[in-house]
Amino acid sequence: MMAKNEIPLWEVFIRPRNGLAHRHCGSVHAADEVMALQAARDVYTRRGEGTSIWVVPSAAIVASDPAQKAENFEPAVSKVYRHPTFYNIPDDVGHM
Amino acid sequence: MEAVAIDRTTLVTFLLRLADDHLILGHRLSEWCGHAPMLEEDLAMPNIALDLIGQARALYQHAAEVEGKGRSEDDLAYLRHERDYVNCLLVERQNGDFAQTMLRQFCFAAFMHPLWTAMEKGSDETLAAIAAKAVKECAYHIRHAGEWVIRLGDGTEESARRMAAAVETLAPYLDELFDGDDVTGAVAEAGIAPEPASVRAAFDRTVAQVFAEAMLDMPRAEWPQRGGRAGRHTEAMGHLLADLQYMQRTFPGAAW
Repeated sequence: MMAKNEIPLWEVFIRPRNGLAHRHCGSVHAADEVMALQAARDVYTRRGEGTSIWVVPSAAIVASDPAQKAENFEPAVSKVYRHPTFYNIPDDVGHM
Repeated sequence: MEAVAIDRTTLVTFLLRLADDHLILGHRLSEWCGHAPMLEEDLAMPNIALDLIGQARALYQHAAEVEGKGRSEDDLAYLRHERDYVNCLLVERQNGDFAQTMLRQFCFAAFMHPLWTAMEKGSDETLAAIAAKAVKECAYHIRHAGEWVIRLGDGTEESARRMAAAVETLAPYLDELFDGDDVTGAVAEAGIAPEPASVRAAFDRTVAQVFAEAMLDMPRAEWPQRGGRAGRHTEAMGHLLADLQYMQRTFPGAAW
């Protein structure tokens, strides 16, 4: 629950260059979406990091519960066969 | 435009006016560093200040080269006397509150944008190159400051009161931006930059658009203040220069 008069928090995603996906890089406070984009531009693209910015209200993000970390993620650790590392790749294929 | 030759001294004066405007406003804005109302603005304002000081540097370098008397950009920026600075009065004004600072920034950028746009196509190649870079920075300054003017003007009771007060405080300093004289006339004739008066309509449009959204009345001044272009400054200028020049005067030629 947000306290009255508190400035909302926004998550910032920057796309470094064409062809790459937007990556989460931090958050900013801003009163609305226009100001959030401006703040994101000013805070996170000062060194030419980006060609595109997304901002998302932090409140709109549904996060997994850290308390469920074990049941969520540990079962995958032992299942090495899910990694596609058991194939011989012909040299001609090159880098995959 | 038919290019007419321009007297060297006149061109230097014109370049110094532009450079001084940008240096002084950049310095004023940098005073907010560490004092902004929120972290995001604490980065945004120095960003803008650095844009302005970068533009000032390029303009001083160009002025020094045209002048050809062996003065450097540092000499021009840091080692002149108060009466030798020819910036407009608007930029030397104390920051006041955040509303005043943002309004001043918005007005100055709204004035510079049409000027840079014209100078980009002007006959002075170096200035055109400086303008090509500056016009994009300036467009962002209009947007950044403009959005704040809108939000404060059409915000809470207190923010609306402060923004309306800022309009009243700064209104007398706007007309000076558009003043013309022999220098602006010669520069216009040479096809380097238009007469400032010719960008008034574009300025008014930008301001009217933002002020309508901000629920603000257009600035009107019964007693416009002027004198900066002739080196006659307000009381604030000496104090500003004391800060700005301290380092160069205490440690001449210091480098780091």
